[in-house]
Amino acid sequence: MVIDEVDTCFFYDDGPGLREELKYWRKDLGVTLSGIPLDNPVIPASGTFGYGAEFAELYDIDCLGTFSFKGTTLEPRFGNPTPRIAEAPQGMLNAVGLQNPGVEKVISEELPRMKEFFHKPVMANVSGFSIDEYAQTCALLDKEEQVGWLEVNISCPNVHGGGMAFGSSPEAAAEVTRAVKAVTKKPVFMKLSPNVTDIAAIARACEDAGADGVSLINTLLAMRIGLKTKKPVLANGTGGLSGPAVFPVAVRMVYQVYEAVGIPIIGMGGVSSPEDVIEMMLAGATAVEVGAANLVDPFVCRNIIRKLPEVMEQYGIDSLTDIIGGAHHG
Amino acid sequence: MIRDLYHIHSNKWLTGDIWEMRLIGDVYPITAPGQFINVKADGHFLRRPISVCDWDEETAMITIVYKVVGKGTEALSRMQSGQALDVLCGLGNGFDVSKCGKKTLVIGGGAGVPPMYGLAKELLRAGKTPVAILGFNTIEEMFYADDFQALGIETIVTTVDDSFGVKGFVTDALPEEYDYFCACGPLPMLKAVSDAASTSGLLSFEERMGCGFGACMGCTCKTKYGDKRICKDGPVLEKEEIIW
Repeated sequence: MVIDEVDTCFFYDDGPGLREELKYWRKDLGVTLSGIPLDNPVIPASGTFGYGAEFAELYDIDCLGTFSFKGTTLEPRFGNPTPRIAEAPQGMLNAVGLQNPGVEKVISEELPRMKEFFHKPVMANVSGFSIDEYAQTCALLDKEEQVGWLEVNISCPNVHGGGMAFGSSPEAAAEVTRAVKAVTKKPVFMKLSPNVTDIAAIARACEDAGADGVSLINTLLAMRIGLKTKKPVLANGTGGLSGPAVFPVAVRMVYQVYEAVGIPIIGMGGVSSPEDVIEMMLAGATAVEVGAANLVDPFVCRNIIRKLPEVMEQYGIDSLTDIIGGAHHG
Repeated sequence: MIRDLYHIHSNKWLTGDIWEMRLIGDVYPITAPGQFINVKADGHFLRRPISVCDWDEETAMITIVYKVVGKGTEALSRMQSGQALDVLCGLGNGFDVSKCGKKTLVIGGGAGVPPMYGLAKELLRAGKTPVAILGFNTIEEMFYADDFQALGIETIVTTVDDSFGVKGFVTDALPEEYDYFCACGPLPMLKAVSDAASTSGLLSFEERMGCGFGACMGCTCKTKYGDKRICKDGPVLEKEEIIW
């Protein structure tokens, strides 16, 4: 994200202007995710987009494919003590610890508010500390018309006694998948951790247990130590690494999982440009989430969508659907 | 909030680790003193939040005064006039001048002094009588005292080592009578001021941030009025809501 790349942020007409521009290129950006069509595959990732309100102040977020809202748990959570954020080469560490108002408030306050500025099915990101809690939260969100997909986070590295523990073994991942599938008719995407030896085995276990898709990767478990304090920078000690630094790891894992499963993959991890989106789709992603980049450039998702047709033209691509898993063929 | 490229008009060393940068660009996103901008230093992923010291619509100029505390701010200090800086402008909830009484203490400590300059100007514009109390460790670290004085307001400087002004901390220089206070500085100073002050007041806090505009929940703190994001709901909070 160098300064030369700032240029597109000078366009402030998102609605008609953006649509006109997309029409001009005659490119097909649309993809279908578990039977629900997306105008484009670009999805802000959970935890970097709140419940959308902060970004809706900046641009018309209806231009997004959808977005994955802040990880929601059954009970409200304050999260970890601060500092929760640290810098890394080409990336960042976070240990927010699933701060959220709890599913009831999300349903009674955030979803109605979201209706005013986002008019597409939204992806509900869910986390939990027990299988029962995952199921209860998903059952409540299942009733919400606005929710298109459930993205079940079994990979948060920043909370103890939950999160990543479920994503670290094929058996536990399958158990959460089955519990969630039993309470919802909405498509379920299991969000997987990269902090495992064989992510493909876990993806397969989710598929066998009935998952409609998988999302990967969550952040990589990491640490920074301050030289002045001689202590870990984050109050939590460890945190999750994200940003461009993890992009090649994410591409590799999406590629491996694509070979192992037949269900759609949402690819993420360090994506910050239209070129990254295309690379991720070639690896096997049907849709692509953008995370840490939103925090540095709040307009990045809109700018990626705006630039995608031009970059598609550059690489001789007419339809994004056609390139999904393209790196595996021939 | 906007994101834009701002042109560096000047970037000048003031004293110690303190630098003053003047930027040319849109000023309208700044609506209150105590707000901040989030700047992208070359070679660093996250932006650096820096409070706005002064802004002027006529010249389209924003002044920031920042302390070099790490590699990001060090990179910023090496930037030169004429270069462009990628900025998110107009962030945070600043000082609400309408809450301030006629005689409002404007208290800054060290790197917390800069936003108080813009606040003092706004208070004057609103017809109030601010009194500046600026705390430094030593005279070598002192900056902007003349600028406050040039506003024509009573300006008290304290130094811990008694090298200039009143000996001690800003709390050693609180006048007997005043209507309100606003403060920015290190956490121990904020707590000491809050404890010592006889009136209500506003305090500006610092925290490591991810985004700076309320999306990532990286800087949340607990208050008596609920969880608040320092970047979006703050950095300025009311004395009454703070849990120390």
